[in-house]
Amino acid sequence: MMPIQGMADAAAPPAMEATPAVTPPSDTPTPDRPPAIALLDISKRFGPTVANDHVTFVAKWGEVHALVGENGAGKSTLMSILAGLYRPDSGTVVIDGTEQRFRAPRDAISVGIGMVYQHFMLVEPFTVAENVLLGVRNSSHLINTKDIERDLTALGERYQLQVDPTAPVWQLSVGEQQRVEILRLLYLGARILVFDEPTAVLTPQESDSLLATMRSLAAEGFCVVFISHKLDEVLTVSDRITVMRRGRVSGETTPAETDRRSLARMMVGRDLAEYVEHPDVEPHPPVALGPVRLQLTDLRANGENGLPALNGVSLEVHGGEVLGIAGVAGNGQRELAEVITGLRPASGGRVAIEGKDLTNANARTVARGGVAHIPEDRLATGLVGAMDLSENAILRDYEESPIARGSFLNAGAIAAFTDLLIRKQDVKTPGRWARVRTLSGGNQQKLLLARELAGDPKVIIAVHPTRGVDVGASEAIHQSLRDQRARGAATLLISEDLDELLALSDRIAVLYEGRVTGIVPAAGADREHLGLLMAGDEAQVGAHG
Amino acid sequence: MASPTTGWKLERLPAPSQRASIIVPFVSIILALVAGGVLILAAGQNPIAVYRAMIDGALGSKSGIAETFVKTTPLLLTGLGVAVAFRMKLWNIGGEGQLYLGAIFATWAALYGFNSASGWVIVPAMVVAALVGGALWGLIPGALRAYLGVNETITTLMLNYIAIQLAEWLVHGPWKDPASFGFPGTPQFPDAAWLPNYGTTRVHLGLIFGIVAAIILWVMLRRTRWGYEISVMGESDRVAHYAGMPTKRTILLVMALSGALCGLAGMSEVAGIGHQLQRNLSPGYGYTAIIVAWVARLNPIGIIGVAFGLAVVLVGGDQLQMAMSLPAAIAPMLQGIILFFLLGGELLTRYRLVRIGSDVPVTEGAGD
Amino acid sequence: MDFLTVGFTVSLLAAAITYGTAILLACLGELVTERAGVLNLGVEGMMLMGALAGAATCLATDNVWLGSLAACGAGAAMASIHALLTVGLRANQVVSGLALTLFGAGLSAFLGQPIVGVPLPTSFQTVRIPVLSEIPVIGRIFFQQSGMVYLSYVIAIVLWFYIAKTRGGLRLRAIGERPEAADAMGINVNLLRTWYVILGGALAGLGGAAISLDTNPGWVENITAGRGWIAVALVIFAGWNPARALLGAYLFGGVEALNFKLQGVGVAVSPFFLNMLPYLFTILVLILATRQSARVRLGAPDALGIPYQREDRG
Repeated sequence: MMPIQGMADAAAPPAMEATPAVTPPSDTPTPDRPPAIALLDISKRFGPTVANDHVTFVAKWGEVHALVGENGAGKSTLMSILAGLYRPDSGTVVIDGTEQRFRAPRDAISVGIGMVYQHFMLVEPFTVAENVLLGVRNSSHLINTKDIERDLTALGERYQLQVDPTAPVWQLSVGEQQRVEILRLLYLGARILVFDEPTAVLTPQESDSLLATMRSLAAEGFCVVFISHKLDEVLTVSDRITVMRRGRVSGETTPAETDRRSLARMMVGRDLAEYVEHPDVEPHPPVALGPVRLQLTDLRANGENGLPALNGVSLEVHGGEVLGIAGVAGNGQRELAEVITGLRPASGGRVAIEGKDLTNANARTVARGGVAHIPEDRLATGLVGAMDLSENAILRDYEESPIARGSFLNAGAIAAFTDLLIRKQDVKTPGRWARVRTLSGGNQQKLLLARELAGDPKVIIAVHPTRGVDVGASEAIHQSLRDQRARGAATLLISEDLDELLALSDRIAVLYEGRVTGIVPAAGADREHLGLLMAGDEAQVGAHG
Repeated sequence: MASPTTGWKLERLPAPSQRASIIVPFVSIILALVAGGVLILAAGQNPIAVYRAMIDGALGSKSGIAETFVKTTPLLLTGLGVAVAFRMKLWNIGGEGQLYLGAIFATWAALYGFNSASGWVIVPAMVVAALVGGALWGLIPGALRAYLGVNETITTLMLNYIAIQLAEWLVHGPWKDPASFGFPGTPQFPDAAWLPNYGTTRVHLGLIFGIVAAIILWVMLRRTRWGYEISVMGESDRVAHYAGMPTKRTILLVMALSGALCGLAGMSEVAGIGHQLQRNLSPGYGYTAIIVAWVARLNPIGIIGVAFGLAVVLVGGDQLQMAMSLPAAIAPMLQGIILFFLLGGELLTRYRLVRIGSDVPVTEGAGD
Repeated sequence: MDFLTVGFTVSLLAAAITYGTAILLACLGELVTERAGVLNLGVEGMMLMGALAGAATCLATDNVWLGSLAACGAGAAMASIHALLTVGLRANQVVSGLALTLFGAGLSAFLGQPIVGVPLPTSFQTVRIPVLSEIPVIGRIFFQQSGMVYLSYVIAIVLWFYIAKTRGGLRLRAIGERPEAADAMGINVNLLRTWYVILGGALAGLGGAAISLDTNPGWVENITAGRGWIAVALVIFAGWNPARALLGAYLFGGVEALNFKLQGVGVAVSPFFLNMLPYLFTILVLILATRQSARVRLGAPDALGIPYQREDRG
């Protein structure tokens, strides 16, 4: 233990010199030791939105402290203030007993605060060691990564975070990239580690291993903050739990004092339907299976880098069925959705909608063939943020009567259609002239959903439909997808959230490196088994593939 | 506890502020004129006298006003052409070359293709020829962009130089007027190919072409399916792709239309003003067009007014050269400064300044 | 084809380097700017101001090196406008760059009026590097050049080394590829971008001086004749790599030299068509470079053209 500590210190001496306030966390926490983090009475607003409203958050050395709340509750804003990314409008930041005024992330880094973001802060063309070097101050002017590589290897062994320090980051899996992030922070001398939804992108096994790493870090005296909305994980790993709702702290508790139900109530402010709180029991009213509406045969396609991303996917989805696609990010999910919807050329195989071959058809032809597409990144792909609701509403139908009148657009019909969509999904907006960018994530998604479902599609391709959406909108979106299932649509639901997949799907197919490694019925599906399939475990693939 | 941090920060507004988007451009232009004044002062001139002479020259007399309308015409047409492309974020800075091509094609129609026809044939023939010539010059970079992904900014600019050399070659070589005593230039157009003038001034039919084109374009961009597609493609490639819009075809059409409008400007210059193809046909109208389009926020109707405003600067600059023997380059210099200040000022319509450390946002330059 | 002798070829290659130097310097400047994630289409305007400042200073001081220094300063001053607008105020980089070019053309024509065509008291002279210039062929091509050319060799090598081998270069690449990652590692993205934009402007200004103090001594309006734009195109051809920029710039210098040599020899092609060559060649090179980068992913810096700001998230 001590050699490791010494090594990390030697690697980042200035960080330590600049921060006499941070005592090495390996010291035994004593009752009179000041807390690691004390965020006192913090407020922060973005334009009209109050993201943090007089929030106080205190975390001690040697504990895993969970910060939970639904999307938009203000967790990320609070942690960004801790990381020096945002400056609070008011309130005080005290780290290990010393008040701090961070002007930039480097100030937070220098007092030992390290963030593991959801979107990894890595430069993809650089090697692991070069990414680490980026954060080192006062090293030689020439790029020399030999020492860093050696130290990273040692640190990796110590904390069970092995990764090849000479590999370019873009070649690493998502799980490995996360390890790089953690290793880098340890190397740079971080004593307070903040994990922002770290398990969202991992397989269940990888998640377990990460949770174990977090516990062992806490045991060594580090302060670990765990931001999550996965209540089971929170209850397993945390020492203390702080709950946020609508920019305020709605409660603080420990796993011993609480359970899923009361945590969920603190998060949302009301009792949730049993199935939202506990997705395993979400109702699956039986629906008579219709004919095969979506059929994929040996589908192949290349990814953004020109390398094969889909390596022969064959799937069938019936009317009245939801087929979930599970997998770790980057295993072909994006390409699968894009090939079906005509956004990416197939290099082989066949896509058929109700028996009609639509392989490599134009996106518009596919849409007219009855395929709705809820894309992964709604504001970059499905909606134009700078345009108003009505301009976004007509994206699919601007060439159809009555919206089009010959070559011209019919303003009256556009208004009526937009209002219809707004009513159908209960989109909260000042009016159809409002720019879509100004809507909340949930309302943007509802508008998009209303537009895509307006033509009663035969097939729905939904990618992460509730990502970044608050619980209320999330419930509404799930209900819409359930209604579509009952109506007889065939749904392909791509998600990294196993809970969502288990809640909505009839069957779950697992993608690994562009192949289907297994298809299992959702009812009674075993998470461990799914996790092994997601990791491409050969034995599992052999047994079920 | 004391308030932690104080200072100022920029905060993005959910929508551009209405009041600011009217006030800010005016303030920007005034500040630009002040900054230009400083440079004029640095060059040893009295800026107030210079500005007064410019305004007098451009607006102080009937002939000055007429000359301003004469210069408005090419600025209007090229401004429209450039704006159509900019709407789709196609950075066509080849307006100058497209103008030259329009002029060359129109000259061919007037001197060789339809030289003995009546005005009712020859003028439409010149118009069509100019549209084709300009469109062709726009289509080359358009096709390279659509099919090969080649950056259109550089190709359109390179084609400007090529077009100018082409015109030079024609007026020095094959189309040279044998009776011109060594001065490079084509023979004069037949009378039927002269665009009709307004009264005795040099203001000609080209201005009407420009105004009609602006109105048609406005309707097209605001009220048609095609205009909608252009807006979506301009905002986001990915959304256009997602909706299955015919991106490549639209790039070709937009670049062709953009080039055609600039080509029309070339026709109106040779048929309305010079009545022959000559060297230095344009003092950089195709470049000034970029400023016209941007200042008008790519709005075709706005372009009419802005073209007139910048024509005042151009004519004023020419008058300075004659009256005070100052370089006419003062005009492009001022235009550049105006564009800088408008660009900088635009920020104030999208953001507001907020004081950190107090609960009340302090608003500057922004309403709602 | 009696002009295709060894002597002709060697003198052509030597001239290629002489004429390519202005484009090389401007291209290196734009390369650094783009590596930092900022697109500056104002190279032509910055070169023009550099050329003017160089010529005017040389007229006043009789010293080409002071002229070169002034050219750097003028280019840097112009670039700082772009930095202020695009890095500080997050204005559209394309439009700001175009404005810079228009402004530079206008301002240089306005301020340069009094010295148009005035012959300079001195200009860069050929300096034979001892020993090296005696090497057959190579010596004649590379080491019988002007001080400006030698300076450009040094700058190209230093820049290559800096970008590829130093920690500063690592940060430069990081802010162009993934500014938020650099920010999270405590690097001041916008401050560094500002400096690199200004450095790029200084090099473009120096490129202008390479024309007005070396290849075409003196000042005339629009003396750069599109070389700034060619430099922008070359950055793409170079795949954002200084070593390849060297190759590309000399290729263009060669085209330009060939034009002069052919006109000198009296080839039966209209000079107007010969004048088109560099521009046609630029388009051709751009097409090839685009096709190649699409194939091997010799991509632009990932964040090129995107202003960086923190507060818009959340």
